[in-house]
This record gives sequence, C-alpha cells and structure tokens, in this order.
Amino acid sequence: MSLEIKTNVIQPRRQTYAHIAKRLGADKPATRYQEGTWDLQPTVNFHYRPTWNPEREIYDESLTVIKMEDWYSFNDPRQLYYGTYTMARHKMMEAEESHFKFIEKSNMTALMTPEWQQKVREFLLPLRHYEWGANMNNCDFSDKAYGTAISQVGLLAAMDRLGMAQIISRVGLLLDDSSGTSLDQAKTDWMEADIWQGVRKMIEDSFVLDDWFEQCVAQNLCMDGVVFPLFYQYFDEAGASQGGAAMSMLNEFMQDWGKDERRWLDQLLKVTAAESAENAAHLSGWAADWTDRAVEAFTPIARHVLGDGADEVMQSIRADITNRAQKSGIEI
Amino acid sequence: MALKRKKKLGIKQRYSMLTRGLDWETTYQPMDKVFPYDNYEGIIIHDWDGWQDPFRLTMDAYWKFQSEKEKKLYAVIDSFAQNNGHLGITDARYVNAIKLFLTGVSPLEYQAARGFTHVGRQFRGVGPRVACQMQAIDELRHVQTQIHSMSHYNKYFDGLHSSPHMHDRVWYLSVPKSFFDDARTAGPFEFVTSISFAFEYVLTNLLFVPFMSGAAFNGDMATVTFGFSAQSDEARHMTLGLEVIKFMLEQDERNIPIVQRWMDKWFWRGNRVLALVGMMMDYMLPKRVMSWREAWDIYFTEAGGALFQDLARYGIRPPKYADIATKEAEHISHQTWHTFYNYSKAAAFHTWVPEKEELDWLSEKYPDTFDKYYRPRLEYLDKEEKAGRRFYNDTLPMLCQVCQIPMLFTEMDDPTTISFRSSDYNGDTYHTCSDGCKDIFDFEPAKYVQSWLPVHQIYQGNCGGAGIEDVLKWYNLNLGADNLEYKGSPDQKLWDEWQAHRKKA
Amino acid sequence: MSRIVSITLQNNDEARPIIEAIEKDNPDATVNIYPAMVKIDCEGRLIVKQETVEELLGREWDVQELHLSIVSIAGNVDEEDDYFELSWNL
Repeated sequence: MSLEIKTNVIQPRRQTYAHIAKRLGADKPATRYQEGTWDLQPTVNFHYRPTWNPEREIYDESLTVIKMEDWYSFNDPRQLYYGTYTMARHKMMEAEESHFKFIEKSNMTALMTPEWQQKVREFLLPLRHYEWGANMNNCDFSDKAYGTAISQVGLLAAMDRLGMAQIISRVGLLLDDSSGTSLDQAKTDWMEADIWQGVRKMIEDSFVLDDWFEQCVAQNLCMDGVVFPLFYQYFDEAGASQGGAAMSMLNEFMQDWGKDERRWLDQLLKVTAAESAENAAHLSGWAADWTDRAVEAFTPIARHVLGDGADEVMQSIRADITNRAQKSGIEI
Repeated sequence: MALKRKKKLGIKQRYSMLTRGLDWETTYQPMDKVFPYDNYEGIIIHDWDGWQDPFRLTMDAYWKFQSEKEKKLYAVIDSFAQNNGHLGITDARYVNAIKLFLTGVSPLEYQAARGFTHVGRQFRGVGPRVACQMQAIDELRHVQTQIHSMSHYNKYFDGLHSSPHMHDRVWYLSVPKSFFDDARTAGPFEFVTSISFAFEYVLTNLLFVPFMSGAAFNGDMATVTFGFSAQSDEARHMTLGLEVIKFMLEQDERNIPIVQRWMDKWFWRGNRVLALVGMMMDYMLPKRVMSWREAWDIYFTEAGGALFQDLARYGIRPPKYADIATKEAEHISHQTWHTFYNYSKAAAFHTWVPEKEELDWLSEKYPDTFDKYYRPRLEYLDKEEKAGRRFYNDTLPMLCQVCQIPMLFTEMDDPTTISFRSSDYNGDTYHTCSDGCKDIFDFEPAKYVQSWLPVHQIYQGNCGGAGIEDVLKWYNLNLGADNLEYKGSPDQKLWDEWQAHRKKA
Repeated sequence: MSRIVSITLQNNDEARPIIEAIEKDNPDATVNIYPAMVKIDCEGRLIVKQETVEELLGREWDVQELHLSIVSIAGNVDEEDDYFELSWNL
C-alpha cells in the first residue's frame, strides 16, 4: 500500500539565482556549493584604489601572470563551502581527539625508544612553524586571488594549516608533559639548527613572492609535495620499528589532509594549465624551480632521520611530484 | 575537545603555546618586506606581545562548535523550504526587507571575508592575525548561509535574483558598496577600526537586531535562524573590535588622535548606511518591532554611552556628530522612505504608503516630528495613488560624494531645508550631505574624488544607455516585477492567490 | 550614566541552564525576554560560572560551549577555564 501525502503544491517561479542559472545554462536547481561560490566576488566599479598599494584595484586580475577567460572554470572537486568544510574537519578532528585520548590513557608514548622520541622532537615539532608559514602563504594567496572559487580554497587551507600547527604543538605537549619545553626547543631548532635553515629560508622567500599563483604552486604543490610524503609516510615508516605507533596514529589527520589537498590543487593546476600554453609554461617554470628548492631544503632533515636511505627517498618524492604535475599538464 | 584532560595548563597558557608561539621574526627576508603594509598609517606598535587574545578558540574547538551550528542551521533551512515556510510571513511586503538585505548587506559579508583575509596576513602580530583569519572565515559563513537561506525566497519573490550584479551597479547599493570599499582600501589598522570596532561593535546591533527581530515578528523563520546563528559569531567579532581599539590606544599615546579621527569617520559613514535600516524598520515591516528612534536609544545612546565612558580613560571621546545622529533618528527613516517611494521605478524592491494603523503607529512613535512633517506628505501621496496618479520621480537625484546617498537629509534644526555642504579640490566643486561627510572628504579628498557615483555614471553613458529603461536593464532589473509600487505587483498578486488557496484547502 | 554590561542568549533549551546559572550568580541582573532571545543586563560586572552551569545541566560543560548560544555581548571579556566574565572598568 503506498502512502500519498497531499501537500500544498506551489510552483516556484524560478529555481535559482540568475547568475547561477546563466552558468548552469538553464534555470534549474543548483547545489549549495554553486550558489555559495559563483560570482560572489565584485569585478567592476570599485570606488577607490587601495591606499596601501594604489597601483592595483581591490580585486585585480593583473596580480598574477596567469590568465583565465573565466575564473570559475575551476571548481573545488570536494564541493566545500563553509558548512560542509567545518563538518568535514570536525569529523577528522574527532578521530584525532580519540587518538590523543587513547594515547594518553594508555601511556603509549612510553613505547617509543628514547632515540626515536628525540628524533620526533627534532623533525616533527619544528614543523609547526612550517605549518604556520603555510598558513601565511595560503592566507596571502587567498587574499590576492581572483574569483571566489580560488580564494575560497586558499582560505580554507590557511585555517587547516593553523589546525595542523596546533595538532603538532599538542604532540609536543604530549611528549613534554605539558611543560612546553619541547616547543621552546623546537622554536630554537627552527631558528638556529643547521638542518632547518634551508627550509626556513625557503619559506621566508616564499612570503615575499609577488605572484599569488606562484606562491600557491610553491607552497602547496612543491613544498607540501615533499613534506607530506616525507614526514607522514617515510618518517612514519621509519618509526614503526622504534615504538612509534603513537605517532602513526596522530599522523592520520595530516595523512588524510594531504590527500584532500591534492584533490583541489591538482584540479586547479589542470584547469589552469589546460587554458593556455602560456599558463602551462608559467606553472611549469614555477613548479620546476620550487620543487628543486624544496627537495634541496628538506634533504638535510631527511638524512638526519633516515640516514643512508634519505637521498633515494628524496628522488622518489621528486619523481612523484613530477608525475603528478604531468597529469595536470605541467612539465617539471 | 577536552580541555580538562590535564589541568596543568590554563586556557590562556595553552592557547599561547598553540598559537602565539608559532610566529617568528624572519631573518632571511626583512620583516618590513614580509609585512609591507602595517607601518604607513602612523600607528605605532611597540610590542605586539601586548595583544590580548579576546577569545581563545583553537581550530579543533572552532570546527566543533561551528559545525554544530551549521548542522542546526541547515536543518532549519531545509525544513523551511520543504514546508513552504515563505507562506508563514505576515505579508509579502515583508520580503522587501529581505531584498534590501540580500542585495545590500550580504555582499558586504563577502567583502568582509576578503578584507579580514587581507589583514589576517598583513598584521605583523600573530595574535591579531589569527583573530582576523577566524573572522574572515566566519564572514564567508555569513554570506553563504544568507545566500542559502534566501535561496528559497528567490524562488517565489522578485528582486532577489541578481544580488552580486546589482550590488556592483544599482544606484542605492553604491551606498553600502562604497562604505566597504572605503574600509578595504584603507590600511590594516583603519580597516579593523572601521569594521571590527565601529561596525561590529558600536553599530552592529543597529543592523542585526532590527533585521532579525523584524524577521521574528513577521514569521520569517529562515532569517531568524541564520540571524541568531550568525550572532554567536558576532560576539567574537565584537570582542576583537574592542580589543583592537584598546591595543592601539595602550601602545602609544600618539595613536590616540589617529584612532579618534577614524572613530569619528566610521561612526558617521556607518550611521549613513544605517539610514537604510531605519527605513526598513519603520516602513517595511508589516509587524513592527520598535521604531528606529527606539533602537537608536537602546543600542547607541545607552550601550554606546557605557562603552565611551570606558574608553574615556584613554583620552577618547564619543564620536563627533553623535548628537546630530541622535537628532536625525527622529527624521531619517521618513526622509529615506520618501526618497525610495519617489524612485521606486529604479529600485529592485517595492514601496508603498503605509496603512492607516501603520501611520498611527508612526505618529505615536515620533510624536514630535511625524505628524508635523511627514504624515501629510504620505497622505497626499496616498490620495494621488488612489486617483490613478501614483507618483514616480523621473529625474535623477544628486548624490553625496562620500556616503553616496541622495541629498535627502535635512538640517536637523530645520527639517524644511536640505543639508548641503561643498568643498573645492583641484578646481572642481564636490558636494556632501552633512558636516560629517564633508569632514571625511576634506581630510582625504584625493580618495573620495575617485568615487564611482551611480548618477554621474548614468549621465556619462556608462550604465547601459541614454534612457532609464536601458539603465534598468543594465541593472538586470526585471521591469514591472522587481520595481514599482507594491500594490499590483506580481509579488502581491501571488501572495493574495496563495492566501486564498490556503483558505480553500 | 550607564555602566551596564550585558549578555544576550538564544532563548532555547540549550541556553536555559546558562540563563538560570547567570541569574543565580548575579542576583542584581535584570532578565529581559524578547522573541527567541533573552538579554541579561547587570551593573558593572556579570559572570558565567562553569560550576553553576554544570550543576544545573547535569553534565560536564565547557565554558566555550557558550559560543553556541551567544547572540550579543557588551563589556570587556575575560575568558578562563572555569568562568566567563563581562565587565566595564570603573
């Protein structure tokens, strides 16, 4: 027996907003991502020029050498707008919280060999500053980007980097019994230890890049392309035989996040490279430069943690970045 | 997020380690190159560590609380759509308040998201950067939840279909657009003074409470829900605004006159934008919450009074022309509505003469001004309309160079005289609507002469063509649907149909 | 001369124990009820105590959960693990 519920049927006069219907090619129902993203950013009739940089407009396509006929050719494959973003991250964080809880309750960090614990303090904890640098770069590129679609992924990424910087900081507090001494040491390492200076210099150089698209490529493709596999896969594997299971659990957030980043980034690069040979050339040039730099900068840390196997690992990582970029139409 | 695991670290200390300690003084690149924009406004900061974090929200807590709010909010939005919630409003005249909101205010939320992203990178102190970034993403939340909530209204009512397009072009929308462009193009310290302090602290309640209470009183559940949900974010924004001010004032006493000037400027620009809200409260809501005058008394005079007493110890005084704004509260809603009534051909919302009971309410709420200056005019317009001569003004108004509102405000001590000021700059004469706007112009004339004034642009032929219909099409206005008198509009006809249908069923 | 601090909360199930706790811990406070919200005014200082809320709620309560219910505030904020306070400096 079927149940028929009579409702007061009132025909809607239109399905969505006019600018959304225009992009869809017809007046039909739109997704929340589409309605919340397309055409939000003003494009014309600005009233004043920035007093902090009068050479440009408030929203300005010329802040990058990349040229797009339509800055909404790119859409986030994850379809993340604010609501779905916070829910997705909360879900990831709930899992991470239960890891922290379990590790504390079971005193799991005690299983780590003293050597590995020391290594973790040296390679992982200073990475909180790398994450803070990534926050700054994603915030910067989000600020200057043209169009809501691209600006949005940058802002979400910036907040994520703060989140990961805080997770790493909590790992430190876990290891130093909430005294904070491990974080003080990590700061000193970041500022002074030899193995970190190549990285810090690279990050600071990326802070002052003029072209926001180059900044996005440098940070999110090249540097992250090294960091996420190196720290959360290769270093993680190295720790497995030294009682590093607790770290493996806590790495889960970052591992999942790294995969999530690739989804939008690879799509952005693909769409942008496919637009024109000039775009592809710019992207390739940047990717080549910054991949070289990133591999070089992180090699000392890789050697410190992995010893002899480090150089081979770095080559493998470089090859992965190259292959991945190629799939997006970028030649490194 | 269990802060109770270890009581070793207090909330302040833990937050400090998880946030403040992340930053560092760059050495491979000079700090001034990494932070090129936070030094030129004359604001002196000796010690960024003096910044007190207003709320200590780590990202895990942020994602947790915000996702919970979003789940609840979207459940209501879905339910509203499913149950034809739009039928529950008092009557379709109410929707014009939403049209004003979606085209005038929502785009400002997006600008705020981008503006806070900018200062979230450009301040050299890590504490303010984090607070500003959180605000940036909150503002993204606001614009998107507003677009999503009002999506359902767009399906049934006119005037909601092209908010971004209209915001960038339509004459009255240059009022909020120029307001925020002004803030965006100012330096980072002025930006936070204008938005975080003046807008989000001093004046915010005068924007949100009228709209949200108006929604509650008029059966608009979607807006009430998103409004309250957004307001919980606003509490954090207000605290940022207050902290920013105190920080600047405490760092160096040379900051005081700069901050005072910004307060004066942004109080006045904000007050001008709020004229649209005053009009909404007094004229657009079929069921009225309180008068603009009453809202001003509670949310500015009373609340602002306590605030400025607190700031007095820094040498800050209440904003210049606060007394004028207070006098204006008796008049501006009536003057503004009358202007929109005139220009209803060119607006993307309807206007009308209030019903008799509504006129009586206005008489009661404005005993010193309404019957004397405004009621007779409205009764005349009503008579004309009934005689088949609904009045539409076919000329274009002169706009104030700064706030870009038509020159409709009168001298507060003589409501029969238009308030009119002028300034000369580089051989040209510029016009402003008040001493407040004139002061703003005179301090930075090179900035305000850049204004994209809609009426000037129309006359220069930059807005679609020589005729008014060309311009309205360029605005993407649906002629005969989005504009004109409420009575006889498609919105009204449909509303009556739906009500009749409900009674039958 | 107004020295009033104020907190406005959503008038719903979640906020009820918080509202009650505020009334309990701030006997001089005035509670104003508006559509869908409650505005609580107090002279000079107003405190929300974790302990009191937990008693009324019957479970552990994080002071930061206040974020779910706040509509508006007036006053300088002092946020700690076990309380949330608003005040104007006298």
